[in-house]
Amino acid sequence: MKFYGKGLPNVKAEELTGKLVVIEGADGSGRSTQIKLLTNWFEGRGRAIVDMGLKRSNLVSAELEKAMEGNILSPVTLSLFYATDFADQLENRIIPALKAGFIVLADRYIYTLMARDIVRGGDPRWLKNIYEQIALVPDAVFYLNVAPRFLIERNFQKSSSLDYWESGMDNRLSRDIFDSFIKYQRKMKQIFMQMHDTYGFEIVNGNRSPRAISQELQRRIEEFVEI
Amino acid sequence: MIEIKRHNQKGRLIAVEGLDGSGKSTQIYLLKRWLEIEGHKVFFTEWNSSFLVKKATKKGKKSKLLTPTTFSLIHCTDFADRYERQIWPLLCAGYIVLADRYFFTAFARDVVRGCDPDWVHNNYAFAAQPDITFLFKVDPKVAVGRILDGRPVLKYHEAGMDLGLHNDPYESFKIFQGRINKAYESMVKPFDFTVINANRSINVMQQEVRKIVSKRIDLPAFKLRSKVLI
Repeated sequence: MKFYGKGLPNVKAEELTGKLVVIEGADGSGRSTQIKLLTNWFEGRGRAIVDMGLKRSNLVSAELEKAMEGNILSPVTLSLFYATDFADQLENRIIPALKAGFIVLADRYIYTLMARDIVRGGDPRWLKNIYEQIALVPDAVFYLNVAPRFLIERNFQKSSSLDYWESGMDNRLSRDIFDSFIKYQRKMKQIFMQMHDTYGFEIVNGNRSPRAISQELQRRIEEFVEI
Repeated sequence: MIEIKRHNQKGRLIAVEGLDGSGKSTQIYLLKRWLEIEGHKVFFTEWNSSFLVKKATKKGKKSKLLTPTTFSLIHCTDFADRYERQIWPLLCAGYIVLADRYFFTAFARDVVRGCDPDWVHNNYAFAAQPDITFLFKVDPKVAVGRILDGRPVLKYHEAGMDLGLHNDPYESFKIFQGRINKAYESMVKPFDFTVINANRSINVMQQEVRKIVSKRIDLPAFKLRSKVLI
């Protein structure tokens, strides 16, 4: 494997023999369903899986959760908190797993982390420098492309309410959470499409049944993983 | 390449840097007391003290789970929290902000730990340069002696044990401090440090610090309008 940037001290990217598959997409785009289906598929074929996501590090996830509740962190601090969370998972879980030849399934990656900050006025150069330096280039990044209207439907099915942060309510786009969700997700999608030019995502039509989507992912994964 | 970002706010930012045992904390405390007693708008902040982030840092240090990268990022997070909520707004409000350690501490430590210097510099690029940065320069052997005399138990990261320099914490601390010292020396020119010879008595150093501050900062402009008893 290799890093986007100079990499991490004490890590040799060429020693990492596993595969890193990233699923990106908005809240309600079906990411976690796809990860479940892929996990079954891989494990059914005897391949070992490790997962990663956002706010899952041992180091800072509890503190980060607390900070989000109180809405007490300023933007740069929040970015750096997420970067710490990402780096901790990467170094303590993902890299050892990749060294041992595991398949890593990432429920979102540096792209969501950067996009969320760019939407909020963060400096793209600063963000790129932080993340590209330390992030491994995934073997594939699948972006589940779902129309905002469908996203809303799925979110309501899931929890019958919209999440404050995923609706971008902190951006003051609208006082109406429904309206804000649509506007926020549209902006996020724009940024993802710009990033697509740089990073080359595989864009997957997410407006289909979970099974149909999973079959497409499996087909594409078979191109670079021996199953 | 080093970018120097100057603030153009009414306030003034003074930072102190130096090895553990260089006496910088005592000096900035005395500077703060003087400015307060003279009735100035002063705010003091110290490294690694953000209420929210500190707990995570402690946990990480205790469990020895920190890598050079997460060590660097978590300290940067701590700094950002204090910068965004206190240092920057107070500079805008016309305060004299005193910082016991500033991002130079990260530039020195993180790079000694193996992080890429450009990466560390960029991570802190949101923050302005201090108006005055004092470097308390002391012979590393003297500084190490002061620490080792008073506090026989060295913490793991403080001694640089995570670098695997030496199995003995005292030896490790000496090597680590020697490297930090070199890193500080390399920053004197590019960051325009004001170097204070810290092999002298507390009182003599403080007189020098006060003289420099009153020469370089128009102190009367920072007087509190309403007198507050301290």
